[in-house]
Amino acid sequence: MNYFELFDCPVSFDLDKSELTQRYHSLQKQCHPDKHANASEQEKLAIVQKAAQINDAFDTLKTPIKRAEYMLQLRGIDMQHETKTLQDPMFLMQQMEYRERLEDIKTSDNALDELMAFEDDVATERKAMLKQLQTQIEQLTEQADLAAADQIRKLKFIEKLQQELSRLEDELVEY
Amino acid sequence: MAYSDKVIDHYENPRNVGSFDKNDPNIATGMVGAPACGDVMKLQLKVTDEGVIEDAKFKTYGCGSAIASSSLVTEWVKGKTLDEAAEIKNTDISQELALPPVKIHCSILAEDAIKAAIADYKEKKA
Repeated sequence: MNYFELFDCPVSFDLDKSELTQRYHSLQKQCHPDKHANASEQEKLAIVQKAAQINDAFDTLKTPIKRAEYMLQLRGIDMQHETKTLQDPMFLMQQMEYRERLEDIKTSDNALDELMAFEDDVATERKAMLKQLQTQIEQLTEQADLAAADQIRKLKFIEKLQQELSRLEDELVEY
Repeated sequence: MAYSDKVIDHYENPRNVGSFDKNDPNIATGMVGAPACGDVMKLQLKVTDEGVIEDAKFKTYGCGSAIASSSLVTEWVKGKTLDEAAEIKNTDISQELALPPVKIHCSILAEDAIKAAIADYKEKKA
């Protein structure tokens, strides 16, 4: 049973997040240990495993990048353990500039404002990239799937950048 | 996880950090990134008309192992021909730096940076 089936929802990139969260809570409730106090040890073990699977599924389905990666996995493109490097000079040049901008902000007098503006820029870009990813993933052709995989790789750089931005924000707010 | 002495040495005293003018016809630029960790690496080679690498510079945003791998590569490629530089394997890098298995992708990144730079040079000269 795949994660979408487990949550009884269509295999789609465009998921209703509140519905997904509701299903998650009701599935978790069914697995609550109090409900199975009289079960055998073997049954209890199975329930614990089921609960873990539900957590994994929710974690995968709720975030767009992981969801898209999982959809590609169902279509036979496994990106989980790949060590392939990305070689898109234009995109990477921009990533390098972003990281330089981040370094500059650290020493700026106006760091917090500049950081906020930067976070907005990156969030806007991420949104546009996700939209493009959705288009690619809904085409259901091999070529579009490969393009989607590349888009996911790029989004991982954006995600990492966002993590670094929020880490810096934490540091700036603390002082 | 502990870094090896060689990684720490390259991380604390990185060799050849910086940039060349990428529009210079004798400068080869290789840009590569590792999606799994978000590392970005730029390797630039200054190549003589005879095809010998006379200088190299790098700029890497990433973990200590990625920085050490690119720093090491800039030292190794100097004085080599492009063909000789193309022979450098990620296993040579990871062995020299004693990288643990989880950091092997950093050495792959450095190997691919050399290959990307060479491809850029060939394209420029074509």
